[in-house]
Amino acid sequence: MDGILLGILFALIAYGMALQWGVMNIINIAQGDLVILGGYIAYFMYLYGIHPAWGVIVSPIVMYFVGIGIYKLVINKVVDRDLFISILATFGISILFMQLMNFAFGADVVLANSGYGTTMLFDNSVTLPNSKIFAAVISIVFAIGLVVYMKKSKLGRAIRATAQNARAAKILGVDTEKVYAATFGINAALCGVAGALISITFTIHPYMGLPYTIRSFMIVIVAGLGNLPGVALSGMGLGVFEEFADYILGTEFRIGSVFLLLVLILVYRRFKLSKKREYLK
Amino acid sequence: MKIKNIIITFVSAIALLLSTSVVSFAKVVGDKIVLGAAISLTGKYSSNGVHTQNGYNMAVDRINSMGGVKVGGKTYKFDIIYYDDESNPKRAAQLAERLISQDKVEFMLGPYSSGLTKAIAPVTEKYGVPMVEANGASRSLFTKGYKYLFAVLAPANLYLDVAIETAVELNGGKGVRIAQAFEQDAFSQDVRLGILDAAERTGSKIIIDDKLPKELNDMAATLAKVKAVKPDVLVVSGHTKGALTAIRQIAEMKVDVPMLAMTHCDAAKLSKQHGKNSQYALCASQWHKTLTYKDKWFKDGMTYDADFTKEFGYAPPYQAAESSAALLVFKDAFERANSFDQKKVRDALAATDMQTFYGNIKFAPGGQNVSKPMVLFQVICDSSGKCENKVVAPLKWASAKLIHPMPKWSER
Repeated sequence: MDGILLGILFALIAYGMALQWGVMNIINIAQGDLVILGGYIAYFMYLYGIHPAWGVIVSPIVMYFVGIGIYKLVINKVVDRDLFISILATFGISILFMQLMNFAFGADVVLANSGYGTTMLFDNSVTLPNSKIFAAVISIVFAIGLVVYMKKSKLGRAIRATAQNARAAKILGVDTEKVYAATFGINAALCGVAGALISITFTIHPYMGLPYTIRSFMIVIVAGLGNLPGVALSGMGLGVFEEFADYILGTEFRIGSVFLLLVLILVYRRFKLSKKREYLK
Repeated sequence: MKIKNIIITFVSAIALLLSTSVVSFAKVVGDKIVLGAAISLTGKYSSNGVHTQNGYNMAVDRINSMGGVKVGGKTYKFDIIYYDDESNPKRAAQLAERLISQDKVEFMLGPYSSGLTKAIAPVTEKYGVPMVEANGASRSLFTKGYKYLFAVLAPANLYLDVAIETAVELNGGKGVRIAQAFEQDAFSQDVRLGILDAAERTGSKIIIDDKLPKELNDMAATLAKVKAVKPDVLVVSGHTKGALTAIRQIAEMKVDVPMLAMTHCDAAKLSKQHGKNSQYALCASQWHKTLTYKDKWFKDGMTYDADFTKEFGYAPPYQAAESSAALLVFKDAFERANSFDQKKVRDALAATDMQTFYGNIKFAPGGQNVSKPMVLFQVICDSSGKCENKVVAPLKWASAKLIHPMPKWSER
């Protein structure tokens, strides 16, 4: 159960990454740092006596504008360039964010207490922290909201059009510049939600962003680009697999086994692809 | 154009060289004894780095205002050159090199954390510069045969074995079943080795032995195992993050264990961040203000606590206290050596046997302090939800009685 709840949360972060990757062809290394920044917003609300759950509303709004700001300052200069350049640029942003957060918030590990209790199932043998359930529900709400938004709204359609073919979209009157900015903003907002949820369920620290980047990167790779339901599934799958690996093999093999799974999936994919290629020959 | 560039580079290089050589000063300038320290003022250790620096500064001011250091009939004052090592071991080693070869510092104070101390120790050793450090507890620091390294704190492997011994004692001398989860870093793994030793000594059994990856902030799986096998003691060490994560998830999953022992509770501000959920947790600490050690400069722990709070606006964590103690050790050694000769000071340091407000200090041949036991405190909350750390073991220093076993979650 823990695995599924954890996976849903990761899937939300991966969603943002997949969106950005698909639309702008940018792999955002700073993804995790945006998450942590979102977490700090919720944490500060908690410090000032506001319930951190409100962070899931405030944090994405703030983060949306942070995202737009980053886009205007840096990303718009690398968006049409080589993937490698965007990786470098976002890596730079990541380091900058880490240091700024460390400077502004200090290097202490912090968390926000939601005060949510625990749900017990099956005569106390399964315990579900309500904060994790809350995190999962909110993640699902936002994910569904995003899918609907992409399908129905004008901007959503523009984003999808740009993802399919930026040049054609431009010719047909889509302001791609605006679409890119909005995409980056939406991604940052999703990170903000995830961050607020993480500060409620886990802990945050200025240097803890990278694991989230890697995890979401992995989920996107496993799911394949542009495959949003796949992202949700692979997020949950990896979460469950992780918890099981931890329980059965021991914690030290937890992350290793996830990466092993990733390698296996990639090898399997290649194998399948090469079969197809032979066919073409 | 090219030649002009080369000339500019050359001239500026020389200017740079000159400027540094003008600033550089020798070990003892006039009436000042200059110590060097690379400290993490930025980067991931910056909070504890600042505690360390405040501890050093507090002691420097105190010693200077109380008459300074008397060597050869003359009075000297302490002064420290600080550099920021950015929490980066490579940078720390470079800075140590710089302090010694450019700034001509002949005595060093340690950085924060075992990792950084490990990076600096080979440098100070190479130049024969005595270093008194207060924040590197890893056992491997003391097994390399370093001659110029002295640590005022108890080594990492002693952090939690008091807990195991207490548990065995409460179990009527019979061995206990231990579940443990340690982060995979030098310090936590040393704590783990200490537990393994203690288990063997007391005939206890280790039934869960998890290693937590550094980037992990979820230990639900470990705790699920703990729930299934019901050990007598649960030991967790993973720096601040480990302590915070453990308490949060133990409370969420309602894990009942008779004893929970941890490290880094005070750095994590457990009782502040988790309130009542952290109640009954046992924490290893190098120092606590209620300990009754005494010295001339800071009087005792309570006075140190009050003075430090007045000066820096927050209560001193043990990292600050042990850093202050390092300077007391240096002062004592200089006066006994009655010289600034590095070899003589080193020998005087090795022969240190003193009491400070922080504890007794006497170095083993490896450089670690063996005469100061670790203390265990327990987080105890009153009915209004205010939590406090009370020393419960060893019994000699206890200010409260250990609550054991921890009440079940259903009864809280």
